[in-house]
Amino acid sequence: MSETHAETAFARKAPIAFVADGQIPASPPPSSAVGPVKWARDNLFSGPVNSILTLVSIAFIVLMAYEILPWFLDSSWAPAEMSLAGCRAEASGACFAVLVERFWQFFFGFYPAELHWRPTLAFLIVVVAIYPALFSSAPRQLLIVTALAPFACYWLVWGGSIWGPLAVLAAPVIGWAVSHYGGKPITAIVGEAFGPLVTLIVAVAAVLVWLLFLVSPVDEALYSIIPLGIEVVPSNKLGGFMLSLIIGLVGITGSLPLGIALALGRQSKLLIVKALSVGFIEAMRGVPLITLLFVASTLLNYFLPPGTNFDLILRVCIMVTLFASAYMAEVIRGGIAALPKGQYEAGDAMGLTYWQSMRLIILPQALKISIPNIVSTFIGLFKDTTLVIVIGLLDPLGLSSAIRANQAWNGIVWELYGFVALFFFIFCFGMSRYSQWLERRLRTDHR
Amino acid sequence: MKHTCILGAAAVAALAAGAASAATLDDVKAAGTLKCGVTTGLAGFGAPDAAGRWEGFDIAVCRAVAAAVLGDEDKVTFVPTTGKTRFTALASGEIDMLSRVTTWTFSRDTDLGFEFVGVAYYDGQGFMVPKSLGVSSAKELDGATVCIQTGTTTELNLADYFRLNNMSYEPVPIETNAEAQQKYLAGACDVYTTDASGLAATRATFEAPKDHIILPEIISKEPLGPLVRHGDNQWGDIVRWSFNALVAAEEYGVTKANIDDQKANSANPEVRRLLGVEGGLGAMIGLDDEWAYRAIKSQGNYGEVFEEFLGTNTAIGLERGLNAQWTEGGLQYSPPFR
Amino acid sequence: MSVTSAAPSAPGFRLSQLIYDTRYRSTTIQIFALFAFMLAIGWLITNAAQNLAALGKDFDFSFLWNTAGYDVNQRLIEYSSQSTHGRAAILGIINTLVLALVGCVTATVLGILAGVARLSKNWIVARLMTVYVEGFRNVPVLIWIIIVVAVVNESLPQPRAYKDVETGAFVFTNRGAYMPEPLFSRGLGDLDLGLFKVSLDFVAFLIVLGGGVYAMRLIRRWANQKQAETGVRPANVGWIEAGVIVLPLAALLIALGFHLGYPELKGFNFAGGIFIRDSFLGLWIALSLYTGAFIAENVRAGIQAISKGQTEAAFALGIRPSRTMSLVVLPQAMRVIVPPLISQYLNLTKNTSLAIAVGYMDATGTLGGITLNQTGREMETLLLLMAFYLAISLVISLVMNVYNERIKLRER
Repeated sequence: MSETHAETAFARKAPIAFVADGQIPASPPPSSAVGPVKWARDNLFSGPVNSILTLVSIAFIVLMAYEILPWFLDSSWAPAEMSLAGCRAEASGACFAVLVERFWQFFFGFYPAELHWRPTLAFLIVVVAIYPALFSSAPRQLLIVTALAPFACYWLVWGGSIWGPLAVLAAPVIGWAVSHYGGKPITAIVGEAFGPLVTLIVAVAAVLVWLLFLVSPVDEALYSIIPLGIEVVPSNKLGGFMLSLIIGLVGITGSLPLGIALALGRQSKLLIVKALSVGFIEAMRGVPLITLLFVASTLLNYFLPPGTNFDLILRVCIMVTLFASAYMAEVIRGGIAALPKGQYEAGDAMGLTYWQSMRLIILPQALKISIPNIVSTFIGLFKDTTLVIVIGLLDPLGLSSAIRANQAWNGIVWELYGFVALFFFIFCFGMSRYSQWLERRLRTDHR
Repeated sequence: MKHTCILGAAAVAALAAGAASAATLDDVKAAGTLKCGVTTGLAGFGAPDAAGRWEGFDIAVCRAVAAAVLGDEDKVTFVPTTGKTRFTALASGEIDMLSRVTTWTFSRDTDLGFEFVGVAYYDGQGFMVPKSLGVSSAKELDGATVCIQTGTTTELNLADYFRLNNMSYEPVPIETNAEAQQKYLAGACDVYTTDASGLAATRATFEAPKDHIILPEIISKEPLGPLVRHGDNQWGDIVRWSFNALVAAEEYGVTKANIDDQKANSANPEVRRLLGVEGGLGAMIGLDDEWAYRAIKSQGNYGEVFEEFLGTNTAIGLERGLNAQWTEGGLQYSPPFR
Repeated sequence: MSVTSAAPSAPGFRLSQLIYDTRYRSTTIQIFALFAFMLAIGWLITNAAQNLAALGKDFDFSFLWNTAGYDVNQRLIEYSSQSTHGRAAILGIINTLVLALVGCVTATVLGILAGVARLSKNWIVARLMTVYVEGFRNVPVLIWIIIVVAVVNESLPQPRAYKDVETGAFVFTNRGAYMPEPLFSRGLGDLDLGLFKVSLDFVAFLIVLGGGVYAMRLIRRWANQKQAETGVRPANVGWIEAGVIVLPLAALLIALGFHLGYPELKGFNFAGGIFIRDSFLGLWIALSLYTGAFIAENVRAGIQAISKGQTEAAFALGIRPSRTMSLVVLPQAMRVIVPPLISQYLNLTKNTSLAIAVGYMDATGTLGGITLNQTGREMETLLLLMAFYLAISLVISLVMNVYNERIKLRER
């Protein structure tokens, strides 16, 4: 091609002195169009506005570094005297010695040091237990762990006789036994028409009676025969991040069934059921958690039968569960609403009852697509657990105040808040990254 | 998911404590632990150490009662309470007694339905200012910004004092001492006001305590003491006399160190009755005769407790002042043990 | 059994129909639900009554008319320690509302800016915004509030530092910021409405402003009509419109003797000027930044939900990128952004209750704080407090849902 051009040009015009016999090697692009310079021009200085923004940002970063770095670098980790005064004698910056001394307290509160393995093990069990819920690739057998985990964790954290959790675990067995073996005699008594219904009522009543009145005597009786148990750790020993996690996890697991019920109630065609569900959800979402915590600490006892009096942490867990269930209901409602109408119609076409189609078709799908939002709800709840400081529980923030009330560490500020903030950040950021990943994966699943 | 509900029920069953019945003593004995409401952390009066063991002046009162009733100063469940939650905790029976720098006032004693069993510490509300402010009297504080620790009678006293003296001020109510102290040190308020003991405790921990002065005006009476619910007089007696035992022990020179010697050899009939050698006082309040012996043996007498947590040798460095024995010009006075 | 199946259409009514007949079943369930609900409520109330009686307490709101006895720092209505608990509660409620209002406004602005900036092509700005958003979203708001207030307290100078320094119109101290305040030397005084007072100067200002705006709209309508008729817009309409608003206002201000009052150091603190307390400032900043981070995520999601074709079409028409964002993308994205925005506003409003941690006297600080402490009436104060939060939450939901409906309708 070039040859012919050259020939025709040669034929028409005067002979030229030089003919290129090869291609000139490509010269490198100008330095402004490659490498870091080009990157900087494209990404940092692409226009006057961007340039200004870049400079302001850099100035901001430099300023922050200038303010914070010296404090960090000139820090004291293990002064001769473990106190703020000891730190000040050694370094002018941060006094991280307080974290060194109180490290385990931040994680476990006042939980006996030799028993720290118990909550740690409980936490590991929780991780294993939620694995099948979060990763669908997990073996199904793990669901047994999921079912047993709450009992195991409760027993590990609070300790005591093993018969208590086992007795509670027996409740579903009792319910099943009553409905399975009691069906025929009951039907014989009340007649064919009401048989199944009455059986159901009797089964539920049996479970309730068992749980409310028989569990503790049975527990005590069994314990007196076979004293199998571990050291009891009272609730007031719980604190720190462990307390936050306990409240958060109990809240989120407890709120799942309640939230599902409320979501179904809100979608229901039954007017009164719907009104009650909507009323509950809006009331819970409309008030700040802090007022509900005040209720837990000061009012809840008023609303229970005279003489009942149970643990503050348990009361807080109940209120947090109710609070979270309202949010959970909205999340699950979103999941249900996201399902195509065809799924409901398919269920109806198969002749499934409402409960069958919910249990077999709607909820499994709705829950699956709700998982990212459930994780977000959990993050929000976990962060909110810091509010228990206002009712005197020693969560990480409450512990910071308690530590600052100690003579040795009075006057320390940033180290404690920074540490607590960092822990929450790592935990919540990890969770939110996971939920985003899950969201992306679920999205591809559906397309 | 269903299991979690059941877990809740299990927890109810397992953690449900006995009813807040009239016989608190029986409940405490049955539970094997004394539930004592304390602060969430106030230097000198009560704070957990690195091992999670609570220590302080208020804590010692709880421990003394536990030692008297249960025979072990460690059989106490410390329930941290805030200014807001403490009274409901006591009223609902969540705690058996409250020992949390609580001022004995008329309405608390009557309307709220509590019984103050004595005055563990005679306090009064004072002001602390930086020396550099150049203020020497609270009367010069017109227009100042005042940091207040809330949840007590402090804000009411302050409002009354400034109104009485025709001065204006800017209140900054803060929930915890640590927070208020940080604000004060940063200069976000000119004055810090709380009980004088609290001021001293706070000042003691400053980098330069000498740069701050506590103004001479004490604007209120703050008799701080342990309290129990109305209606269970036996329990009230036990707490009252356990505390009185500590005070009496100091008066008669019974200390942690010499108590065994005193018990064996003392000829003073009052001491002998106090330590249960004679008189059979314990039976009158439903305890054994060595109750007071155990309380004093475990905690030391009132003076020892004071010196250990608040006294001039501690960082807080409080003088006995009003809290000296009546024999030494103070107000601490135990009714006779007979 | 055989009898019933033999006569399915028998008019007779059997009890079992209540359960097995779908016509009646829902009614049965509903009646049972209502019954159970009433029973539960009744049980709770009975328990509460018994417990209160056992403690010798009553259920009585008359404490609201008793003297409060404590002072409140931020007083937007007249209040002294001799006022009643009820008035203290109202004061707290006003403080909550003010904080929630300004917080929502700045959080929205911040959120939109950060959400847009996070999608910026500027690498460093985008990264910085990611750090901001993730940092604030993943740390509890209570910690942020405490940290921000501590930063304000520790980093800004004390009022004393200004002792011999000439201060300008704006003063920043670690106790808060001072701004010039409008003063009227020939003011009209206040109108006492019983509960609170209204400055007549302010009312006059609003009236004149309203009149000006009305006149401006009349002129604009006239100009539009003229333009429609003749094709030529009357000259200088813009100037006339501005004049109609500005001139009467200026006349009013001069007549009232308007001048600015500057803050001056007097004694311990500055006097004069508008004072924004450190606690308010810190809460405002912390809540705005925290909620702003969530709104930024909503905004980002909203913008990304708008198809790229919209941006490209705008570019093809030669519209500048900044105007493409404000005129083409954001208005469409708003429809995706607004619903989650409602819940963010609700969250911010509820989070204002954390103000007690830093000494801002909101409703939780007065009614649910000192009043509760001093009167010992947990039940009454907490019920009132929850009712108040519930009411504002419902109002916000309502307003935003109406707005939501409106922008939805415009689409169709």
